[in-house]
Amino acid sequence: MILVGYVPTPEGEAALEAAAAEAELRGASVLLLNTSRGDAYIDSRYANQAELDAAEARLRERGVEVTIQQAVGSGDVAAELLRAAEQNEVKLIVLGLRRRSPVGKLILGSTAQRVLLESPVPVLAVKVPSSRDD
Amino acid sequence: MITQAVFGDLMHGFGTVLDPMNLLWAVLGVTLGMLVGILPGIGPALTIALLLPITFNFSDPIGAFIMFAGIYYGAMYGGSTTSILINTPGESASVATAIEGHKMALKGRARAALATAAIGSFVAGTISTVLLTFVAKPIGNLASQFQSTDYFAITLLAMVAVTALVGHSLVRGLLSLTVGLFIGLIGLDSLSGAQRYTFGTLRLLDGVDVVIVIVGLFAIGETLHVASKLRSTPDRPAVLEKGRLRTGYLSKNDWKRSWAPWLRGTALGFPFGAIPSGGAEVPTFLSYTIERRRARKAGRKHPDEFGDGAIEGVAGPEAANNASFSGVLVPLLTLGLPTSATAAVMLAAFQIFNVQPGPQLFEDQGTLVWTLIASLYIGNLILLIMNLPLIQIWVQVLKVPRPLLYAGILVFACLGVYSLSGSGYEVLMALLIGVVGFFMRKLDFPIAPVILGVILGPTMEEQFRRSLVISNGDASVFFTRPLSLIIIILTVLALFVPYLPRIVARIRGTQASRDRLTFGEDD
Repeated sequence: MILVGYVPTPEGEAALEAAAAEAELRGASVLLLNTSRGDAYIDSRYANQAELDAAEARLRERGVEVTIQQAVGSGDVAAELLRAAEQNEVKLIVLGLRRRSPVGKLILGSTAQRVLLESPVPVLAVKVPSSRDD
Repeated sequence: MITQAVFGDLMHGFGTVLDPMNLLWAVLGVTLGMLVGILPGIGPALTIALLLPITFNFSDPIGAFIMFAGIYYGAMYGGSTTSILINTPGESASVATAIEGHKMALKGRARAALATAAIGSFVAGTISTVLLTFVAKPIGNLASQFQSTDYFAITLLAMVAVTALVGHSLVRGLLSLTVGLFIGLIGLDSLSGAQRYTFGTLRLLDGVDVVIVIVGLFAIGETLHVASKLRSTPDRPAVLEKGRLRTGYLSKNDWKRSWAPWLRGTALGFPFGAIPSGGAEVPTFLSYTIERRRARKAGRKHPDEFGDGAIEGVAGPEAANNASFSGVLVPLLTLGLPTSATAAVMLAAFQIFNVQPGPQLFEDQGTLVWTLIASLYIGNLILLIMNLPLIQIWVQVLKVPRPLLYAGILVFACLGVYSLSGSGYEVLMALLIGVVGFFMRKLDFPIAPVILGVILGPTMEEQFRRSLVISNGDASVFFTRPLSLIIIILTVLALFVPYLPRIVARIRGTQASRDRLTFGEDD
């Protein structure tokens, strides 16, 4: 099973794309996880039903089995991903990365960094193709 | 002739308000108002209370009142934005808007919903300001015949009627009112100079400042309430459909369907603002109900969209809540009588600046009153221009994590209290009241009656005792003067208003519904 951390942004779409390709290759199923810290009135990273449906359709189109999970309010997205990886027999975690300079990375801790450092399974970090970046 | 005089006064007011400094206060006021309008939990009453200490240094109270008025109706405006986009009414007056407004947004008609709310607010605000312009002075003249017994009765009416209409339980409302009246008693007795409930400390000699009470109940109490249920599902703002910036957000059909609800909403909002009904909730819900009923009746002509994003359900309530503000100003300016918590805070502001609202206000403070009224015309125009372009900014504000947002509000609130006297004692008192406010929220006690009790309690007591002094201690004086008697009877009747549906059902002999007319809390 492949775990993909999905957010409805270009990064999230890139991760989804990579996860789909990897799943096809391995003949594995995909676990799609979308979370929100749930502490703001508006969180655009929390996917709505239409976006989840679209993501699901994209994977099914390619013949990939998909399970969707959404979680709110755990406070820590990275912990949520790692927990999901542990509970389901996940072989690979796929993440979308934002483009950042080394200094920016130093100042801003991130979900991806923590997952990379703590994950017991291989992590595939994907960036948005630069043509789509701007 | 009267019209001409009013027109002259108003033009004079425009002359003052168009002063660049005053224009700036108007812009600042409406912007702040929109901001607090979109933030759930904090409203115009709190904002005005927090800004009160800052305005102490103003050389001229006119600027302060232009800003306060802007905050009040800016909040009425701002509430619609979040109601429509994320189904989170920032203000109780926008709860009715959310019902249809959010449905419209989900159907991809967010722009039309926002536009009908904005234009409707403008239309209603302007029409009701015209009404205010012509109604205020005659009512003020009428009020000049009021005697202290009448003032006692009318203050009582304001407190009881608002208490009866807000919150879910009359008993809890009356308990809240009692708490407010008690806080109002603390300090020196104005007539005899005796100390009351000061517990021997000098600190309480001047009483509890109304700013402390408001900050405690609204800012601190609300922050604790938000903190107690911090993590919940966030909303996604409905996506604004693409469109160029122009007034044509509304299609021809939208205009056709909107204009009548705007006018009906105005007709409801203005009178309901003027009577003590706790502000804008009653007229907005009435407007919503009326529009829905009309749509059901006319169902054959065009399909009934109610429940599925009907533009009438946004146009009516939004017009009503803005019209209610001008209505609120009528008794506030002419009688010194607040009909909502925010109006009560404005009354406190008037008193701080030594401006006594009432019949003499138009003579004593003509410039102030007419400038204030003129600023409403200008402010409505500013809101219409700024509303739609600023929406993206408001959406960004709501993306701020709540812990940061409310911590910021808390810091600002404590600073506001501290600036009152420069002592930590007041801050501690506000925190204490905040804890009380938190439990009131938790246990469903309405807060507006407390505010009215604190502000109107001392006035009521003064008028009561003055009447008794004049009558040589004969308490029957309240029941022998016809006007006072009528108002006292109205006060008693107001207690039964929430039970009207049940009473009507009983009389008709139908199944008594368990419904009780309740309306959201006014901020």
